[in-house]
Amino acid sequence: MSTLIKKAIIVSSKGISKDPQDVLIEKGVIVKIGKIAEPDAKVIEANEKYLLPGLIDLHCHLREPGQEHKETIETGIHAAAKGGFTSIVCMPNTNPVIDNAKIVEGILKEAKRVGLIHVFPSGAITKGQKGEDLSDMLELKEAGCVALTDDGRSVQNSQLMRHAMEYAKMAELPLMEHCEDATISKGMMNEGFFSTLLGLKGIPDIAETIIVARDIELARYLKTKIHFCHISSRRSIELIRRGKEQGIQITAEACPHHFSLTEAAVQGFDTNTKVNPPLRSKEDVEAIKLALKDGTLDCISTDHAPHAQEEKELEFDAAPVGMIGLETALGLSVRELVDSKYITWSTLVDKMSSAPARILGFQNKGEIAEGKDADLILVDPNKEWIFEKETIVSKSKNSPFIGEKLKGFIELTMCNGKIVYQA
Amino acid sequence: MIGWKYGDLLELSDLSREDIEGVIETAKAFKEVSTRDIKKVPALRGKTVVMLFSEPSTRTRLSFELAAKRLSADTLNVTVSASSLQKGETLLDMAKNIEAMNVDMIVVRHKSAGVPQILARELKPGVINAGDGCRSHPTQALLDIFTIQEKLGHIDGLKVSIVGDILHSRVARSNIYGLVKLGAKVTLCGPSTLIPPEIERQGVNVTYKLEEAVSDADVVMCLRLQRERQEEKYLPSIREYVKSFGLTKEKLKNAKKEVLVMHPGPVNRGIELSAELADGVNSVILEQVTNGVAVRMAVLYLLFGKKEKIS
Repeated sequence: MSTLIKKAIIVSSKGISKDPQDVLIEKGVIVKIGKIAEPDAKVIEANEKYLLPGLIDLHCHLREPGQEHKETIETGIHAAAKGGFTSIVCMPNTNPVIDNAKIVEGILKEAKRVGLIHVFPSGAITKGQKGEDLSDMLELKEAGCVALTDDGRSVQNSQLMRHAMEYAKMAELPLMEHCEDATISKGMMNEGFFSTLLGLKGIPDIAETIIVARDIELARYLKTKIHFCHISSRRSIELIRRGKEQGIQITAEACPHHFSLTEAAVQGFDTNTKVNPPLRSKEDVEAIKLALKDGTLDCISTDHAPHAQEEKELEFDAAPVGMIGLETALGLSVRELVDSKYITWSTLVDKMSSAPARILGFQNKGEIAEGKDADLILVDPNKEWIFEKETIVSKSKNSPFIGEKLKGFIELTMCNGKIVYQA
Repeated sequence: MIGWKYGDLLELSDLSREDIEGVIETAKAFKEVSTRDIKKVPALRGKTVVMLFSEPSTRTRLSFELAAKRLSADTLNVTVSASSLQKGETLLDMAKNIEAMNVDMIVVRHKSAGVPQILARELKPGVINAGDGCRSHPTQALLDIFTIQEKLGHIDGLKVSIVGDILHSRVARSNIYGLVKLGAKVTLCGPSTLIPPEIERQGVNVTYKLEEAVSDADVVMCLRLQRERQEEKYLPSIREYVKSFGLTKEKLKNAKKEVLVMHPGPVNRGIELSAELADGVNSVILEQVTNGVAVRMAVLYLLFGKKEKIS
């Protein structure tokens, strides 16, 4: 049976449709867009709300296997669907680490059992994420990994990183680097005025930029691609901008919390503001917004990092890093970027769907067009809503945004032509 | 009596100039109590004050305990492991257990910055910060200010130099706030690796030259140098530190004649401060200790006067 979405304003990375359009879906694929009369189809009335391609998150932590008390593949999928994500890339820092085919198969099996949306595992660059030996990248690819990353840490050894980049190029897998020089990053928050004030050990931006600069040089020399996870500092952006101008194949992402909050948020010692990379200065936040606007930063990822209440209810020094993000990503991005006129809705779609699809090499996702997958979300662009703790679907509630007003309300998420979430 | 409007003392920057002056006035009155034959007033009779310490501390804990006892409060000591993780009990769990025993005030010392804030946010009893990580040590700064005021008659316009490991010093951070607020010209001096970033924004001068810091100083406050700083590669050697930043009688000669030599203790004799100076006529180190009791009596007394929380 076919599905017909009636009277939707279609928002793609290329623009917003002037008039409401109908979208006909058959067997999980968009077959026709226009004025459509299809008496047999199941009708979804869009009422001139925005229809976007399903969001794609390059960076989230599902915690399974090993830390199911924080999140499971099932709860993570539900949180993603509620947040408008139809494809998510989960990070390999599970226990055990995603560094062999067996683990990948296990994750894909569970994701398939839950269904609803697409889960794409990323594999570790190095075995056990130890930074010592390369993982079997070809095997990981064959098992279903769509990217490689040692997220949570950088590959510290430059020679090993060189080989990783060369090998990943052969395996045709994007290499996504978490940029952090571990010798200089031992701290709790951004280094500067506020870390001095709060007596917390600082993490300077050079902890990030040193690796960004190194990897840009590696990518230049090796003529390979590199993708940078959760870029947090103005200086990293300057390096990326210059690298791109020189034709080096760099892509990079930013997270909503890094453009919605500054380091000043740490002042109350709310451990939900402890993230890695840390919340940075006003100038860094502004630079991220401008870089999303001018294209230096290609996309927005969540770095959804669930932690249980008892793990976060600790001294700031002892609490783990990370905050959840799947359910707030769109609302924060609309509030901080679209509402404040940094980017348009179309650019937002590019950042949250089309660009991630391009980076992953997904031909049939990230756009609304005939022949593309019917991964779609329906959004009320002007509706403001309060992010309330009781409504959080993720198993963990570690968010500093609880109680805040966000904008852009997801009414419906559809994946493969099936409704997987409805407000 | 000043209008004390807080139920907690978390950091000195929560206090206005008038608040600080009020503590000092109150402390003056309480200092006299400690010189009496019977060193006790009934102000806090029936109140319970808990000392919750996760770091070894002799003088601060003793000082708070004496202060509370001289005000007739009941006191008890709880030593907690440095990280509540070790016992699988969260910090809050433990604090809530203490709260459940109906105590009135918690004096907390913790190696992690922000712990007093977290407790104050969650608990009904008042919270006094007795030192949190590298962040804040408000009663130490109050007793230092009290001592300077007592000895030199005023704070305004004085050149106060703080010498040593500023980066890791909660004593320095609290003193900077209080002294700048009261109009002192504060100079920080230490090796470049131990000066925190952007500290100048708090209205202080920074110098790496001890002579500059000492020259014409009314007060030189030395900080304890932890020997671990060398292992952590902040310093080439303790030897070089002593040569460049250790205060001696010779190096003090360009200071004002009546310069006060201060130290929050415990002193590493022969490292940040020579024994000769520590015991010399300019040293007020033991008076700081005496005044500590009076200042903590004042703080306890004033906090019990008001119940509502700051936040």
